[in-house]
Amino acid sequence: MTIYNFNGQTCRGGKIKVKNLNFYYGSFQALRDINLDIPGCAITAIIGPSGCGKSSFLRLLNRMNDLIYGSRIEGSIELDGNNIFDKAVDVVELRKNVGMVFQKPNPFPISIFDNIAFGPKQHGKKSKIELEEIVENSLKQAALWEEVKDKLGQSALALSGGQQQRLCIARVLSVEPQVILMDEPCSALDPMATLKIEDLMRTLAKNYTIIIVTHNMQQAARVSDTTAFFMMEPDRAGSLVEYGSTSEIFTNPKDKRTEDYITGRFG
Amino acid sequence: MTRYFTDKLAKYIVFISGFTSFIILLLIALFILREGLPAFSEIGVFDFIFGTVWRPGIDQYGILSMIVGSIAVTIVSMIMAVPLGIACAILLAEVAPSKVRNILRPAVELLVGIPSVVYGLVGLVLLVPIISNIGGSGFSILTASIVLMVMVLPTIISISEDSIRAIPVSYREGALALGATKWQTIKGVVLPAAKSGIGAGIVLGMGRAIGETMAMIMVIGNSIAFPGSLLDAARTLTGNIALEINYATGTHESALFATGVVLFIFILLLNSVATVFLKRGSNAQRLS
Ligand SMILES: Nc1ncnc2c1ncn2[C@@H]1O[C@H](COP(=O)(O)OP(=O)(O)OP(=O)(O)O)[C@@H](O)[C@H]1O
Ligand SMILES: [Mg+2]
Repeated sequence: MTIYNFNGQTCRGGKIKVKNLNFYYGSFQALRDINLDIPGCAITAIIGPSGCGKSSFLRLLNRMNDLIYGSRIEGSIELDGNNIFDKAVDVVELRKNVGMVFQKPNPFPISIFDNIAFGPKQHGKKSKIELEEIVENSLKQAALWEEVKDKLGQSALALSGGQQQRLCIARVLSVEPQVILMDEPCSALDPMATLKIEDLMRTLAKNYTIIIVTHNMQQAARVSDTTAFFMMEPDRAGSLVEYGSTSEIFTNPKDKRTEDYITGRFG
Repeated sequence: MTRYFTDKLAKYIVFISGFTSFIILLLIALFILREGLPAFSEIGVFDFIFGTVWRPGIDQYGILSMIVGSIAVTIVSMIMAVPLGIACAILLAEVAPSKVRNILRPAVELLVGIPSVVYGLVGLVLLVPIISNIGGSGFSILTASIVLMVMVLPTIISISEDSIRAIPVSYREGALALGATKWQTIKGVVLPAAKSGIGAGIVLGMGRAIGETMAMIMVIGNSIAFPGSLLDAARTLTGNIALEINYATGTHESALFATGVVLFIFILLLNSVATVFLKRGSNAQRLS
């Protein structure tokens, strides 16, 4: 597998190296023998038919699957050279470094300000001035500040879907992660809101490593630098079919199955 | 056609049953009010509510000491029951493995079904002697409050647990994905999200506390003297009615109904508070 490194300059975004990864829900194998090098400070899209294990894969990267009873993993995932499944790794610290934006916007039912301040507060930032600064910066980075700066005290649930999703992105940014995982972040949004989020992702990719799962081929083509195509094997275990730069995958796929999928012949 | 017919029928049945129960409630309220009114006019509303002497033999009808008694047992029991109840609800909803929960939850629900006279009996036999060691006769506001605490705990626990469980997984995942610990997630996201449900549980528990009669009569001592401390005996509004209604006549009887009116107003106030809480909760859910 080739390593695609787009911008040689240093950035805070972490590199991820997945080695011989197998993942099981009980006796069901959801992922088989995944090997993947995800470049830092770039956007990697994960595409593939429904049920091929894209979400499962993404949730491994910040160990959200730890919460699922009976799930089991073989192999390793390294973030900047450190295996995240190592006994010594603090899961809480890992999740701070590897943030996640979910398919359905999930702001907490508290004020806009408190939504953003929640993360930093848990990590020990207590002073009001510091929190105010973080909230403003995060909202600005998420391109939401102008829309909400006069109503920070209002409930986050009163925002539109697209605003809520940007709030969730701001919330992730507030704890200064290295990697941001996004599981179909635009599937509940209209085209305008989707474009806004895509613009935002491009801006964020200068500083963060972004991994996005999407069913929208145009979106993957528009926004990502590298693309990984997953598919199910006959026993329904997901495996990596092809991985490469996005332009390569979309214009000149090496595998017949990739071509069929992106041209919409199946999946 | 028939589909619309059943639809309409269902609508009317629901409407009529709802209306009937409303009418019955209204009639009860009116009846109590009518029976109590003579007392209010003879004694005077102010003297009735703020009078500290209750001696039907010499036509003295002041219920302040009983209002204080009722409020005292309610507040003291809630001070103990609320933190305990919320802690238990968190334990059941978030911490306990499902095996433990499957035993604890039915046990808690069973507690609701035990008749209050049994709680009174247990309080009488176990608690009164213990409290008398601290001071007084053992029949006291403190004793009654502890019994009440045990009685309202199941209500608070089960309603709080339900509302904690109703918090969508997405909130928890959102918090955990930010690197919050389990406890931080509970404290910072789950409890704030469940607060209207928990609040409603507390108010319902309070309603039960203020209305409780039998168990209170058995352990509170029923003294008509104004209580000076938690170890003093006292009498509740409900207890006052139950103890004297059998032999009361004339103004005395009317004064007992008037006691009921006061109680009714208390409970009405509590229920409106509960409604506000519940409404706020459902609004938040609808928006999400
Ligand atoms: N918690 C779970 N327990 C058991 N099996 C699960 C669990 N979550 C997912 N699976 C199974 O793992 C496989 C992969 O699921 P996953 O959600 O990762 O797919 P996906 O590629 O994200 O699909 P989609 O595009 O529909 O979101 C599916 O067969 C699914 O049924
Ligand atoms: Mg998925």
